[in-house]
Amino acid sequence: MSELSPVKGRSSAIGAHVPLTDGIEKVTGRAEYTADLDHGDALVGRIYRSPYSHARIIKVDIDKALALPGVIAIVTGEDCDVPFGVLPIAQNEYPMARDRVRYRGEPVAAVAAVTEAAAEAALAAIEMEVEELPAYYDPAKAQAPGAVDLHEDRPGNLERDVHHEFGDTEAGFAAADIVREDVYSCGEVTHMQMEPDASLADYDAERDRLTLHSCTQVPYYVHLRAAQCLGMDTSKIRVIKPHVGGGFGHRSETLNFEIVACLLARAAKGKVRLKLSREETIITHRGRPATQIRLKLGMTRDGRMTACSCETLQAGGAYGGYGIVTILYSGALLNAIYDIPAVKFDGYRVYTNTPPCGAMRGHGTVNVRYAFESLLDQMAEELGLDAFEVRRRNLLQAPMKTINDLMVESYGLPECLDWVEEASGWAGKRGKLPAGKGIGLACSHYVSGAAKPVHWTGEPHAVVNVKLDFDGGVTVLTGAADIGQGSDTVLAQLVGEVLGLDFERVNVIANDSRITPKDNGSYSSRVTFMVGNAALEAAEKLKRILCAAAARKLEAKPEDIECLGEVYRVRGGQDPGLPFKQVVDEALADEGTITVKGTFTVPRSHQGGRYRGAGVGPSMAYSYAAVAAEVDVDEDTGLVTVERVWVAHDCGYALNRLACEGQVQGAVWMGLGQALSEEIRYFNGLPYGPNMLDYRVPTIVESPHIEVKLIESIDPNGPFGAKEASEGALAAVIPAVANAIADAIGLRIKETPLTPDRVIAATTRGVRQAAGRKDVA
Amino acid sequence: MTKSILSLVLNGRPRQDAVADNVLLIDYLREVAGLTGTKMGCDGGECGACTVLVDDRPRLSCITLAHQVAGRRVETVEGAVEGGRMSRIQRGFHEKLGSQCGYCTPGMIMASEGLLRKTPDPTDAEIRAGLSGNICRCTGYVKIIEAVRDAAAQGARK
Repeated sequence: MSELSPVKGRSSAIGAHVPLTDGIEKVTGRAEYTADLDHGDALVGRIYRSPYSHARIIKVDIDKALALPGVIAIVTGEDCDVPFGVLPIAQNEYPMARDRVRYRGEPVAAVAAVTEAAAEAALAAIEMEVEELPAYYDPAKAQAPGAVDLHEDRPGNLERDVHHEFGDTEAGFAAADIVREDVYSCGEVTHMQMEPDASLADYDAERDRLTLHSCTQVPYYVHLRAAQCLGMDTSKIRVIKPHVGGGFGHRSETLNFEIVACLLARAAKGKVRLKLSREETIITHRGRPATQIRLKLGMTRDGRMTACSCETLQAGGAYGGYGIVTILYSGALLNAIYDIPAVKFDGYRVYTNTPPCGAMRGHGTVNVRYAFESLLDQMAEELGLDAFEVRRRNLLQAPMKTINDLMVESYGLPECLDWVEEASGWAGKRGKLPAGKGIGLACSHYVSGAAKPVHWTGEPHAVVNVKLDFDGGVTVLTGAADIGQGSDTVLAQLVGEVLGLDFERVNVIANDSRITPKDNGSYSSRVTFMVGNAALEAAEKLKRILCAAAARKLEAKPEDIECLGEVYRVRGGQDPGLPFKQVVDEALADEGTITVKGTFTVPRSHQGGRYRGAGVGPSMAYSYAAVAAEVDVDEDTGLVTVERVWVAHDCGYALNRLACEGQVQGAVWMGLGQALSEEIRYFNGLPYGPNMLDYRVPTIVESPHIEVKLIESIDPNGPFGAKEASEGALAAVIPAVANAIADAIGLRIKETPLTPDRVIAATTRGVRQAAGRKDVA
Repeated sequence: MTKSILSLVLNGRPRQDAVADNVLLIDYLREVAGLTGTKMGCDGGECGACTVLVDDRPRLSCITLAHQVAGRRVETVEGAVEGGRMSRIQRGFHEKLGSQCGYCTPGMIMASEGLLRKTPDPTDAEIRAGLSGNICRCTGYVKIIEAVRDAAAQGARK
């Protein structure tokens, strides 16, 4: 009888705590990351990097280096004159600098040699002759009159300015009882994913073909850019993503080293392994830019916001990357969390002679949210309103369309607030904790996949193939990149759920361009929503085929067949039914191996408005989060300790409860790092301490317990109602901590990270102000 | 660089290899012994991803010369598997999601193994102290603490 039982307690069940399908590989050391791959006799690749922040290249002399023993090939900017960049409209970067270097550490040349020592010797023998140019590390200097332009087509070093106004902000401010304005500034932060960058490129000179293994979130983009820069047909390139040790946005665009590895392999006519050091990985960067925000809010006496005006300036680094998208996100997602009748945004993205910034978890929204939730909190306090109350008075009425044309259909923010208020014991704590202790609240949100893809190819936004073969195994083929977030697991769960099958039958093969369908990649929290919906469609198709096969065998109508996973039977009949394997045999008879396809495309109705820049911000669903943080501030040392965090995150529906909790905790904790200790600072273009000690990622000792509540608003368009769970909570953490510090010591610190130095400076200022001194800064 | 014979017990098996005097333990493990479970996450001694056990004590293999462990017992994440089954710590990290991207995991597991051998029933503060040299960028450490607690409880039930 056992073989005719449906699977009970399926390991793949949605809504359950499901360990990752590749978790066993990870904990046993069998998971292979790029640097772990069998590299055989691969040459050692190394990059020669610019010691100058800004200079015209007169000559890169590689002759002496090439003559050294064991040096097989050297490539320079001369070997690739095709610019690349993730946005088709802003490709202004070369794999290695040509004519000009624009930041310290920019790749200038690269070596393939038989040993590390030989590669090292070759790097030392490369000579670079330059004419130095003035370098600008902060946007004000880059924009000063007479400054040299980093890029000739961007006068004044202005990469992109955005000016949006929705509603009438002037009238909104006029209608307000109080209008307050303040300036906030945030330090540059970096992803610091645990795996340093690495590529393994193998060039087959006989066939002019290239195979690239790389640690990327976007194998498809890497494929496109490698073909573009090498001048090769895409069909001659194969891109494979092995296990990836985190991304957080660092790997959401093609990075220079990946193309350098390909160029080296072709020049060396063989295989090259290029592993970057931690310092090089930090220089490759693409993190969250240093940002200055001038924010103005209008509010009525009862706490209703009447208008918002926000000016944002980002130091973008030396090249475009995702920069335009970052500055647009900063403005677009001022909306879709609260109901504000008028919103004005002026954004400026400026080129600076520092490593390029790009996408980082909560892309573009995080620093602006810190400013917004801080000022909102301050104004509520001034009006004598509770922090929860002021937010509740400005909630959206979903479903609705925002003034900048974003569709909000599911909105669990009210429930997030309710839970956090109760769980944190807010009523007994805010304003009531002993001296030096405080509690603060903030909210945030994020997209579940950008509704408009970077490349307008006309293809669906996601494609999944599901293969069924003689062995009775169901194989999900996807190009979605699992970078540790558990995307393989959730796709296997979704297919398993539709077919009623266990992980024993459902497997995922991902990220081999020869085998798996193209996917845009893992960024903007798109995979669960978009690829998940495509997987659902594919699984439903396969189920129809299996039900039809069972119907033939059982001499019944397909619509009368009941699929119980391991058993198919006639609904309400006496027959025990057919085991899955027999249904498969019947389905494959005459047909052979079956591959079905599911696709997903965001409908036009959810793709946003028709103004310039409208493509950034729209998503089919938004996640929401409320975060309360309890802090201790040592007024003698200025040290802020976050003692506890409560977070409620509206993920629509928790397909994998364990993974959702883990993602939310990770997002909150990454926000704590930016709030308290993380910052990339530069001295003459050189990062201070580009390592994991000086860049202060919180250790386990400094990390508080993070209590998570998953709020399930059941989005009408998400797979089983699911939305994103990985990014939305991050942005709220920084203002929640800042608001808690304000509760603890009565002072607001408007710069991140909230370091002891800044706390001491603020308390000193506070004391002087209290003493009536006029000279306070 | 001259090579000399390195004798050690690696994951319970005695072995000898001709190893250059300047080779780091991590490179010996990964490139000579072929055990790539041990990871390099930084430029030396910062992140803990390369943690292995030397005579039961956690040690950073990226700042240890291979010849420094001559005659010692070295254990890596691959050796934690017993009879094809995950150790209680590995099981804890898997089932409690103490591992997301998995890159810090081998080091975390070996540091936890070292901790539990010395302190079989650690408090949360002892877990934090024991893993203070291991950075994870995915989990926020919450589920890592749960994983180690779970492993300790499994040990107590044995």
